Amino acid sequence: MTSTTEQFADLSATTLLRFATAGSVDDGKSTLVGRLLHDSKSILTDQLEAVEAVSAQRGQDTPDLALLTDGLRAEREQGITIDVAYRYFATTRRRFILADTPGHVQYTRNMVTGASTADLAVVLVDARNGVIEQTRRHAAVAALLRVPHVVLAVNKMDLVGYEEKAFARIAEEFTAYASDLGVPEITAIPISALAGDNVVEPSANMDWYGGPTVLEHLETVPVSHDLTACPARFPVQYVIRPQSAEHPDYRGYAGQIASGVLRVGEPVTVLPSGRTSVIEGIDALGESVDIAWAPQSVTLRLRDDIDISRGDLIAPSASAPATTQDVEATVCHVADQPLAVGARVLLKHTTRTVKAIVKEIPSRLTLDDLSQHPNPGQLVANDIGRVVVRTAEPLALDAYAASRRTGSFLLIDPADGTTLAAGMAGESFASQAHTTVQADEEGWDF
Amino acid sequence: MTATVAHVHEGTDAPYALSHLDALESEAVHIFREVAGEFEKPVVLFSGGKDSIVMLHLALKAFAPAPVPFTLLHVDTGHNFPEVLAYRDRAVEKHNLRLHVASVQEYIDAGKLRERPDGVRNPLQTVPLTEAIQRLRFDAVFGGGRRDEEKARAKERVFSLRDEFSQWDPRRQRPELWQLYNGRHAPGEHVRVFPLSNWTELDVWQYIAREGIELPEIYFAHEREVFRRNGMWLTAGEWGGPKGDESTETRLIRYRTVGDMSCTGAVDSEATTLDAVITEIAASRLTERGATRADDKMSEAAMEDRKREGYF
Repeated sequence: MTSTTEQFADLSATTLLRFATAGSVDDGKSTLVGRLLHDSKSILTDQLEAVEAVSAQRGQDTPDLALLTDGLRAEREQGITIDVAYRYFATTRRRFILADTPGHVQYTRNMVTGASTADLAVVLVDARNGVIEQTRRHAAVAALLRVPHVVLAVNKMDLVGYEEKAFARIAEEFTAYASDLGVPEITAIPISALAGDNVVEPSANMDWYGGPTVLEHLETVPVSHDLTACPARFPVQYVIRPQSAEHPDYRGYAGQIASGVLRVGEPVTVLPSGRTSVIEGIDALGESVDIAWAPQSVTLRLRDDIDISRGDLIAPSASAPATTQDVEATVCHVADQPLAVGARVLLKHTTRTVKAIVKEIPSRLTLDDLSQHPNPGQLVANDIGRVVVRTAEPLALDAYAASRRTGSFLLIDPADGTTLAAGMAGESFASQAHTTVQADEEGWDF
Repeated sequence: MTATVAHVHEGTDAPYALSHLDALESEAVHIFREVAGEFEKPVVLFSGGKDSIVMLHLALKAFAPAPVPFTLLHVDTGHNFPEVLAYRDRAVEKHNLRLHVASVQEYIDAGKLRERPDGVRNPLQTVPLTEAIQRLRFDAVFGGGRRDEEKARAKERVFSLRDEFSQWDPRRQRPELWQLYNGRHAPGEHVRVFPLSNWTELDVWQYIAREGIELPEIYFAHEREVFRRNGMWLTAGEWGGPKGDESTETRLIRYRTVGDMSCTGAVDSEATTLDAVITEIAASRLTERGATRADDKMSEAAMEDRKREGYF
């Protein structure tokens, strides 16, 4: 018997897992999402009643759970999911933010959007069809975005007689493919979203499976890595200077720690200026602390009064990044207007936005077979390609492989503010020759 | 004085995990600071309701020990709960803030808006709100909207671009990648910003409890003269109820949301403390809006339609 206070303590001590789902139109993604929400008691009576009423009005016998997630008029009218939606549910162990990404034509940019903030991606496969092109695309996007954990949910096991062989074949093929792309951790789970096997409750139909259910896995997968291993990065967002009678000399650099750990007494370097100082104090939203880590929002005070403003990056002097004006990256093009060689754009990296020019587009990747097409001249919506960008000012850019936060950037159209492309600095599998590549650009080695 | 690190989550493998409330707080503070760093004239929509109170609390923490670098804007429907208006004014005074008020009643008195036959004033807020944004030239407008509230809101970005008519076009939203918020906008356009996007109702209450934030009394169980309309308990008053065969009774109730009295329903409750409220919400089988908002029930896409026109 727990008291109210204990219950409250239990609820507040949970961690947060952000995950994304990917699946094509008919492989049961809505059913899986619906079941996770339903079986974790996250669908409330009034929402379910609304769905039942609309389903009945349309002459459907059973409530259409997709109506829970299709929030827009156009989505309901057309019966498709147009845009990424975010859902929230909780168990006693963890809170979840689910980026529900549509499996339709605009799959790449939508999945990139959902995967950019995800700690985990669930890739759905229909057990009858196995690994198909779409599955490979989903695996490739998860690998490109460096989502730390991937779950392969082999769905509709009820339609293949709950056979271990069917599952094992798909799991093996997917794991081999995704590992090749560099996905660090893959967990394969045989499920039936419709019947509820291994989603929230363990299945009685698959004795041969000894692993976790989907929910169990979501509840227990680690959400943060050992951040002491990553070098600390602190993009300055805003300078706090009260200039009040009470705080005449306070000068704090506000920001969210992008990676690693910062400690009082640590020697730091400010980039791009290269000036150095020592962390004198860390104010963690109201209390003074000795140590802080990503992704905490804090305010740093430095020993020396040096010129620091929004867009600067503070890093430990021992592991400060190099600065560069030549950015080589893999980008996913997310806008309807194309991105061509010679385009003048804005590049937004952490808290810094600089002018930039697209010098080269060395290759475009076809996700279906990972083939490379040299010098496409431009990228259009949903394309993934390599770009070389020259920036007007130096950037303290990490490789995306080392830090998702300080290795990522946006390309923005300066004319109308449209977000053109999502960029990931440094090497990725898209920079290596997988199949058809002609390496012919000077100074560019594949 | 140096405290040891607060709120470390024990019992996980990772030594440097954040509790879910710390993660949400850190994200919201980051959003406030991004806006402060990139916009010329931001404003915080402040109604005296719990979400806007949490927003103000986060903004105070984000810029401490400096003052909040934003003004506040309240769209006063003319039918607000007096306790909430009193709270609003106390908060403004306490933190030495500047408050703009856009008044629905003034628009009605001037003949620029017409009272609806049902007396519901929530939808009438859109015009005074959008005109205040244009007149006062705000380029970023913080709202307390959460994606868990409603299915159209689940599609909303953290940074949501609005055109010169304040319209939201859900099919032309910018993809939002990583924590790189794109606030670029043309003159006349503005950006709506939702720092609480990823919070749920329960998160808001747990955070209020953890931080010891004071709320208007109407959020806690109290006796009140109410009457039944459209399946909800509404506060009796000069705004338009009870009418005809509706009759008042005194009940022990509390409010889950705060809005216009004409369309904000109370729930039966004995919860007089924060802990009791949290227990009640954790066990509730109704959403916040389903339980208490009449205007969302007008049609299946009521929220989307109002948002398209410039509502939050």
